[in-house]
Amino acid sequence: MSSSFALRTITPHTPRTRRGVELLLLAFAIAIVLLAYADVGLAVDNTLPPDLLTLGIGFGVVALALHLLVRWQAAYADPILLPVATLLNGLGLVMIHRLDLAQGHHIGQGAAVRQLLWTGISVLVAGVLLVVVRDHRRLGQYTFTFALAGLVLLLLPLTPILGRNINGSRIWIGLGPLSFQPSELSKICVIIFFSGYLVQKRDALSLVGRRILGFPLPRARDLGPIIIAWLASLAVLVFESDLGTSLLFFGLFVALLYVATERRSWIVIGMGLFLAGCYAAYLLFAHFQVRVDLWINPFNPHLSDQLALGLMGMGSGGMLGTGLGQGHPDLTYFANSDFIIPSFGEELGLVGLIAIIVLFAIVVERGLRAGIAARDGFGKLLATGLGFSMALQVFVVVGGVTRVIPLTGLTTPFMSAGGSSLIANWIIIVLLLRISDQARRPTVDEPGASAVGSADTQVVKSR
Amino acid sequence: MNAPIRRLGLVVAAMFCALLIATTTIQFFQAKALNDRPGNRRTLLSSYARQRGSILVGGNAVAVSKPSNDEYKWLRTYPQGTTYAAATGYYSFLYGSSAVESRYGSLLSGTSDQLFYRRFTDIVTGQKPQGANVDLTLDAKVQKAAKSALGSKVGAVVALDPKTGAILAMVTSPTYDPNELSGHDLTTVQKNWTSLIKNTSRPLLNRATSELYPPGSTFKLIVSAAALSSGKYTPQTSVPGPASLRLPQTNTTLPNDFSGACGPGGRTTLIHALEISCNTAFASVGLSLGQDAVAAQAQRFGFGQQLNIPMSVAASRFPTGLDPAQLAQSSIGQYDVQSTPLQMAMVSAGIANGGRVMTPYLVKDVRDDNLDVISSTDPKLFSTAVSSQVASELKTMMLAVVDSGTGTRAQIPGVQVAGKTGTAQHGQGLPAHAWFTAFAPADNPKIAVAVLVENGGKYGAEAGGGSVAAPIAKQVIEAGIGR
Repeated sequence: MSSSFALRTITPHTPRTRRGVELLLLAFAIAIVLLAYADVGLAVDNTLPPDLLTLGIGFGVVALALHLLVRWQAAYADPILLPVATLLNGLGLVMIHRLDLAQGHHIGQGAAVRQLLWTGISVLVAGVLLVVVRDHRRLGQYTFTFALAGLVLLLLPLTPILGRNINGSRIWIGLGPLSFQPSELSKICVIIFFSGYLVQKRDALSLVGRRILGFPLPRARDLGPIIIAWLASLAVLVFESDLGTSLLFFGLFVALLYVATERRSWIVIGMGLFLAGCYAAYLLFAHFQVRVDLWINPFNPHLSDQLALGLMGMGSGGMLGTGLGQGHPDLTYFANSDFIIPSFGEELGLVGLIAIIVLFAIVVERGLRAGIAARDGFGKLLATGLGFSMALQVFVVVGGVTRVIPLTGLTTPFMSAGGSSLIANWIIIVLLLRISDQARRPTVDEPGASAVGSADTQVVKSR
Repeated sequence: MNAPIRRLGLVVAAMFCALLIATTTIQFFQAKALNDRPGNRRTLLSSYARQRGSILVGGNAVAVSKPSNDEYKWLRTYPQGTTYAAATGYYSFLYGSSAVESRYGSLLSGTSDQLFYRRFTDIVTGQKPQGANVDLTLDAKVQKAAKSALGSKVGAVVALDPKTGAILAMVTSPTYDPNELSGHDLTTVQKNWTSLIKNTSRPLLNRATSELYPPGSTFKLIVSAAALSSGKYTPQTSVPGPASLRLPQTNTTLPNDFSGACGPGGRTTLIHALEISCNTAFASVGLSLGQDAVAAQAQRFGFGQQLNIPMSVAASRFPTGLDPAQLAQSSIGQYDVQSTPLQMAMVSAGIANGGRVMTPYLVKDVRDDNLDVISSTDPKLFSTAVSSQVASELKTMMLAVVDSGTGTRAQIPGVQVAGKTGTAQHGQGLPAHAWFTAFAPADNPKIAVAVLVENGGKYGAEAGGGSVAAPIAKQVIEAGIGR
């Protein structure tokens, strides 16, 4: 076999699009979600949900439309991302619906309907974005626009009329009955800005500088952005009381800086600043101290029993869970948003929860893989940033409810009830689809795309 | 940039590993501890979702779960209301459980490891798992007699089978109706609980096992046992019995409960001293025996030892490091001597059983829903308190108490009752506690009993035990021997 290939001077290598695999996995994901939905109906009401068929068809049509769009617009995209996102989104819907039932809501009422609406909007936004952003490198041309947008979105909750303070954190904006968490979208803008900025500055950041005590330190003016990012994340922490978001932003920036410059000193500096910031926040803010106390002793009778209730829920689920609809996840506050992971842990058991965590790990892994395969520096950083942001977010959320780290308020991607989070995560999926499509697409196929990309492709240093 | 991305991938892998380890820790290793946490509503709800086993007395359920149409699925009811509250305890959604409901909780709810194989077959056959039934040693007749005899008086009655240690009756008064705490209307339950907790007569307290009282003259049985066991005394031994005894190294005197000496010339026999409950005689006998001998004898009857019947019983105590004056007072069951009614019933039961004290127990056996026995309690020897010779001498002395002494009101025609009265002072100006402990029939003891009536000595002096407590014991004994 190898000899027949060796005879050829040029190997006509056309990567397979793998769209068939995607369709198959998608059908599988939808089947699991419908099974879960039917299971909830049987467990709670002893009958199959009356809208099982219509919902199933609707869900299938939407997913199929998205699949066809990917087939048309990004034929070489990673085939795993879409089915995994669909599965997570669907399972989240089922759990939110199940918690609605526990609170006496019927089909057509409650949080599940809103979440279904947001799912539709998200998929629509994702589809439009896939068509509009034909090449992710175009995003890199608007570095500072995104920086500004990110900053505005981040600070929007602090404005007097729009901003809303819910459960002690000022991270919401509201217009009438709608509320929205702009930091979710801000996160994506900031990743785009980081990626664009670092691609331009990476040489200066990595090569220019002095060694102090054998430790390579960058120049003060290159250090600027790090200090700014640090201060910004501290500002979020201070003014919005949002520990999760500040941790997310800072972690993202340090990670991307490290990837761009390949210098470990950034990590040391970043971690140092992060720990200093945390310590200062611990000393200064009572609510942060409460979080730490609760982390060390979740059963402290003088503090909120929310974490304790979540832990007991997970404990009652045990290895195999109580079964969907048969536990009592509604006993935990915020069971359908911040604590949706313990809800799954209770009803699907350790086995189900591990499966969900692994699904997230797969999304992150596909994101990083897209980063490795990307041909341009901006794409590499963008994909890495998007993937790593998902990893950080899952770590902060799941780690918070399982006592790996103190509890902070972030949403579980795709699963938590809430529109802003859903839209943001579907945008992340679309961007990753786009980058992976660019990475795997044979360059000869698309003369337009290769013209834009070819010049960049050659400067990329791939170590 | 690929190398740092790969390294970042390792960081991500480590992060996800941490999450997997944490969830495994919680849902596998800590699951049991989390489920067993007090106040875990999920555990409670799941225990309400299955049929809890019954608590039985003589084949009749005194605690039973009935189907209910609300979210809790099963309602715990106590058909006899207050009669068995001290034994069954309550089973409340809001306030947990107590007594047998609590101690046999995992068997009753069916989650115990002991039921593993039965549960396994339930899973295979698809049957709804059901909790085990707990069969109590209580005798319905004796229990009811004890309850009605005690009536509204504050106190406790304990009856034992002297040969096995099985508890035949356990009554405490005032008590409560466990139905009031097991209901599903949680606001009502809360209201009932609050009023029980605020009630100054403490109806939730089991006075038979959890409360310590000075045993008063009933403790003279133990001093007698120590005296006879020392070999220096027989029932006929002459002992000092003056009208009052000057306590060594003090200016205070210890009087008798009646005016005058216990016998001619201030001397009497040991048997007569017990018969008339002579304080000065037992104070001086205690002094001559020494505190070690008295303490050792008390310990052999159960003082100072923690018991579980299965509820934990407060350890009765005989103080240490006494000066002679304190020893003299302790020898008549005053000063710091403290005892539960159950403990005093064990003293009588031990004497009745030839000196062999049996470990008291409340649960006869545990049965599954087909009434097959899963486990049963075997009678266990607690200790040999006195020799059979001494036991027989003590019995003779106790018979004298009922025949012609302070305990005549416990007499039952045609039945030999052996007993001892007690009237324990517990504070200046307060009415004394009335005690009576006894067993019958003397030649073949079937029941040993202890009665305590708090502040029952209103008739004054030693008359309290004999007039208030002895008639109650009599009715309990009559029920126990089938009269």
